[in-house]
Amino acid sequence: MSEVEFLSPKTLDEAVQVFSKSSKNGKAKILAGGTDLLVQIRSGITYPDTIIDVKNISELKEISNDDGSYTIGAAVSGSILDEEKDFGDNWPGVLEALKLIGSEQIQGRASLGGNLCNASPAGDSVPALIASGAKVNLHGPDGSRVLPVEEIHLGPGKTNLKDGEIVVNFKFPKKKNNSGDAYLRMIPRTEMDIAVVGCAVNVTIEGNKCIDARVALGAVAPTALLVEEASKLLVGSNFEDDVIEKAAQACENACNPIDDKRGTVSYRKKVSKVLFKRALAKAIERAKRG
Amino acid sequence: MKKIHVKTKINGEETEFLCQAYDTVLDVLRNNLNMTGTKEVCSTGDCGACSITLDGRLVCSCLVLAAETENKNIETIEGMAKNGNFNILQKSFLEHAALQCGICTPGMLIAAKSLLEKNQSPTETEIRYWLAGNLCRCTGYDKIVKAVQAAAAEMRESA
Repeated sequence: MSEVEFLSPKTLDEAVQVFSKSSKNGKAKILAGGTDLLVQIRSGITYPDTIIDVKNISELKEISNDDGSYTIGAAVSGSILDEEKDFGDNWPGVLEALKLIGSEQIQGRASLGGNLCNASPAGDSVPALIASGAKVNLHGPDGSRVLPVEEIHLGPGKTNLKDGEIVVNFKFPKKKNNSGDAYLRMIPRTEMDIAVVGCAVNVTIEGNKCIDARVALGAVAPTALLVEEASKLLVGSNFEDDVIEKAAQACENACNPIDDKRGTVSYRKKVSKVLFKRALAKAIERAKRG
Repeated sequence: MKKIHVKTKINGEETEFLCQAYDTVLDVLRNNLNMTGTKEVCSTGDCGACSITLDGRLVCSCLVLAAETENKNIETIEGMAKNGNFNILQKSFLEHAALQCGICTPGMLIAAKSLLEKNQSPTETEIRYWLAGNLCRCTGYDKIVKAVQAAAAEMRESA
């Protein structure tokens, strides 16, 4: 085996420099929490020749709140974000999605950035991030750019990131008054499993009326989906039963799932409707609280 | 082959070791430092047998690269008993027969200790959820949960 290099850059520019130099052969990997990467190395799926630990870069560990708009570093772990009470009050759906990933031990390491870059269609935090309207700050050899979360994934394990580009942090919009988000996933047990279907809903209400909505699904297509059709149906409605039914149907229509041991195509489609309704109810309840 | 030199604190003691890029903390603890209290079972972060704390956070040592631990604080099962005396949790596990084969026990103890540092009065549900990342194939978990509850009660009394 040739020499494997371990690097721990202290600045973004340094990280991008070493990553773009060594990612030319496709064998450099970014290490955040490592809960996916180390398993992949162990099982022989990947043999990086360069491992770049990004946890010593301040931007990737940042947690800040600028007048209600949060910036969360890509490498912030679930257990650290969980201790930021205000973040959970603002984005309970994002936090509950991140907290569903693995055990306490995994929470000590797993990050939003890692969950996004691993690009599993079933990654729990991704639909919640999409529903929140969060944007991703990227930094690469050609400078910085910003993309909405829903534009990052191209397919299982594939992202829109360019060679040498790193996810720096997530910028959340300012939470609107009377809005609420929620994430639910379907698994055959209560803990420690991979989503069969995941659904995130973020709604803003005025009285009983829906004035804004974002609906996202996970594990039902090659990438997590923003279901714009469902959002459009909800906005302007008073969440009447027939509107909810139509929006649920839009969720089912958006599904393009696989058959596997965890769920069949028809089961996943059916569950997407049910989960959407439940997540919506939870989001509305939170929106009513403020 | 070039090795990486790491200086870190393990159970309060300054420790130095040499490792390779792919070596995990678990590899180094068991193979380089002969600290075999931390157990290796699944090596993929599913079973929790290799639980340690890293800067106070509960993690699986099989999912942490040794090279990442420069200037960190690692706590392992070897640091739990002080001056030859068992910790309250360790005593409680013995009293409640909360172990059989013992392979999961170091990880269970580290995870339970980490819970009780955060929450002095966990409910049964909280204990079960917190320990969901620690698999035991012998006990059926009930005795483990009872041992943690009893230890928590004793700690509260002595506090």
